Amino acid sequence: MRHLLSTTDLDRAAAIRVLDTAAQMAATQGRQIKKLPTLRGRTVVNLFFEDSTRTRISFETAAKRLSADVINFSAKGSSVSKGESLKDTALTLQAMGADAIVIRHQASGAPHTLAHAGWTEAAVVNAGDGMHQHPTQALLDAFTIRRHLTGTATNPDGVGHDLAGLHVAVVGDVLHSRVARSNVDLLHTLGAEVTLVAPPTLLPVGVGPWPAAVSYRLDDVLAQGPDAVMMLRVQRERMSTAGGGFFPSPLEYTRLYGLDARRLATLPDHSIVLHPGPMNRGLEISADAADSPRAVIVEQVANGVAVRMAVLYLLLSGDGDTPGAAPATGAVPALTSTSTPATAATTTTAGATA
Amino acid sequence: MTAQYLLKDVRPLGGEPTDVLVAGGLVAAIGPDAGDASENAPDDLEVIDATGMVLLPGLVDLHTHLREPGREDAETIASGTRAGAAGGFTAVHAMANTTPTQDTAGVVEQVWRLGAQAGWTDVHPVGAVSVGLAGEHLAELGAMADSAARVRVFSDDGKCVHDPVLMRRALEYVKAFDGVIAQHAQEPRLTQGAQMHEGVVSAEIGLAGWPAVAEEAIIARDVLLAEHVGSRLHVCHLSTAGSVEIIRWAKSRGIAVTAEVTPHHLVLTDEEARGYDPVFKVNPPLRTQADVDAVREGLADGTIDIVATDHAPHTREDKDCEWAAAAFGMTGLETALSVVQQTMVDTGRMTWADVARVLSTNPARIGRVEGHGRPIAVGEPANLVLVDPDQRRVVEPARQATASTNSPLRGRELPGAVVATFLRGRATVLDGVPQDDPADPRYAAGRVTP
Repeated sequence: MRHLLSTTDLDRAAAIRVLDTAAQMAATQGRQIKKLPTLRGRTVVNLFFEDSTRTRISFETAAKRLSADVINFSAKGSSVSKGESLKDTALTLQAMGADAIVIRHQASGAPHTLAHAGWTEAAVVNAGDGMHQHPTQALLDAFTIRRHLTGTATNPDGVGHDLAGLHVAVVGDVLHSRVARSNVDLLHTLGAEVTLVAPPTLLPVGVGPWPAAVSYRLDDVLAQGPDAVMMLRVQRERMSTAGGGFFPSPLEYTRLYGLDARRLATLPDHSIVLHPGPMNRGLEISADAADSPRAVIVEQVANGVAVRMAVLYLLLSGDGDTPGAAPATGAVPALTSTSTPATAATTTTAGATA
Repeated sequence: MTAQYLLKDVRPLGGEPTDVLVAGGLVAAIGPDAGDASENAPDDLEVIDATGMVLLPGLVDLHTHLREPGREDAETIASGTRAGAAGGFTAVHAMANTTPTQDTAGVVEQVWRLGAQAGWTDVHPVGAVSVGLAGEHLAELGAMADSAARVRVFSDDGKCVHDPVLMRRALEYVKAFDGVIAQHAQEPRLTQGAQMHEGVVSAEIGLAGWPAVAEEAIIARDVLLAEHVGSRLHVCHLSTAGSVEIIRWAKSRGIAVTAEVTPHHLVLTDEEARGYDPVFKVNPPLRTQADVDAVREGLADGTIDIVATDHAPHTREDKDCEWAAAAFGMTGLETALSVVQQTMVDTGRMTWADVARVLSTNPARIGRVEGHGRPIAVGEPANLVLVDPDQRRVVEPARQATASTNSPLRGRELPGAVVATFLRGRATVLDGVPQDDPADPRYAAGRVTP
């Protein structure tokens, strides 16, 4: 794995490898001393062209727990507003010796361009691009689902498992959601069955070939007893106001597509509720649902750190094609035994976006 | 003494081989004895062995962006028309979205004069329909029509004349001087922020969609307006299967509508967007394979009247960036004929006579361009292009005559090559090389070596 730009870069084996590595990372995070020396001397740049406190802090924490040097570069709106171009920013970071660039950008495809335009040698991690992909979010969602729904007393994280046989409902603003796109691809790769639930105005034209069922009615889908319900944030900041908006009113949206206590009660006992955050409480999810015991939303945040540690680890020390990139001594012992097969497994990336 | 040229064993319109004498700015003689008609001494008669080559009337482009005045960093009238000559064109229309806008007699005359000075092709400025392309008030169409530039084609291209009242007024008004409104059909509200064709690919790669209906709805409205007021309408860069159907229907009703397709819409699809390379970002966007098939069929059966390049040069910085920040548009003057050969002639859909129709005769007729798009016959102005259909070449944007490098066909092998272009008997291109005037320092730096 050279970059992580899209969940379509991961086949089943590679995805499981990331999740299993994340489980090992998560295990270290229960210790009193959480920091590992694995990426000592490596430089990770958080390049954020779009506001995001949560994702940036999550990546920053992950990199620091691996002992990498972290540079936060906030360049909101830079290129489009005719400031420094993405190209010049990339050339600058390359000159400064960045080993990995974690990029969030409002333009779909900007991480792809950064990775392939020849501007930088760094590994590129897509931390969310426009309406395209947010692969680490999908990985942490899959990690959370796997832990809750396939974990056992002896294997609490479900290590080695995929998500075959599970049914996941993804509900809300699919049209503007990179979280939805990443999740549909990854959940499908891992064998889960996905149902997208949204008003027709918030589904993309061209959704047909996606490996997911589509429904306009939340109550019908909840009646099927999904194992996990993923509520998407209504992204009002991405919505065009042309035609008066995508739905008649917030109240009608909540009535038809909001997860509240009544709908929560219709779910099977084992079902869990996810939300990528930040939540619009009272719009797509009520406080009752968000704070219920079956909501795993806070745990998603914690798992995000472990998953991002795994991704940075696999990108920066899992392959041997970068001179001097050997893992620093003192890497966590459990990882040493898996790092070599990880390389083999993660090089079989699908070139769907090439 | 003016040079004279004898084209030996050339195939006019792809027909039987014969000899053609170009002399005195005219097609002076045709036939096996054509060389005898030259009044020049044999030493002053340039004989071109044109065995296997096709002779067409000089190509006429109804749709280019030459960027001057305003964006001379992307193209100038001289560099753009030099590229046109290299592509076999003898007349090009220059769209109005310059800075300042071509919305007054003064600006269109400036463009026209710069074209005449450059001498590579005739340049016919397109006049803006509305002042500043703002879509609010009619520009002084009459003044532009009566100017030295004799404007007959009016367009806000780049923007749609979306106000139906303004469109109606424009269609009516230009009847006074036999003008035509060339519409950029794009419903603006349906395409706010649009980046690419709305469909399976846009859904997957997360770029805001430009739906086919935003083009088709405007075309449908405009053909009905043209019918109502009895005016001529030209539809620019038609790109969807639905648009072809609407034009077919309108023509069957006798509406005076003509339509164009670009080379890129004949050959490329929205699949190209998957790599987020902005060289494939264009407006209207690349569509689906079904749309490509439909526009090819429409061009072959005459529903679509012409091929026009929509040549849209851009500087590197406007394309060397993320997709959403990049400019719309791609170059096309030097590859248009090859794309038409590849997609229409080599596939058996069209003859070379058909190529002459869609790339010369029809565009000259729509634009009311005199002296171009004429039959290849004795006494006609020698606006001609000599094509070798058997050559193959790989597109290298850095070696093209255009000042910009945003060719979507970079690295592709295309059939056919322009061997020579004649503008009123003067060779603007010989042996595939633009014939720069060595006395003119403007061309020295950009001279192309064969």
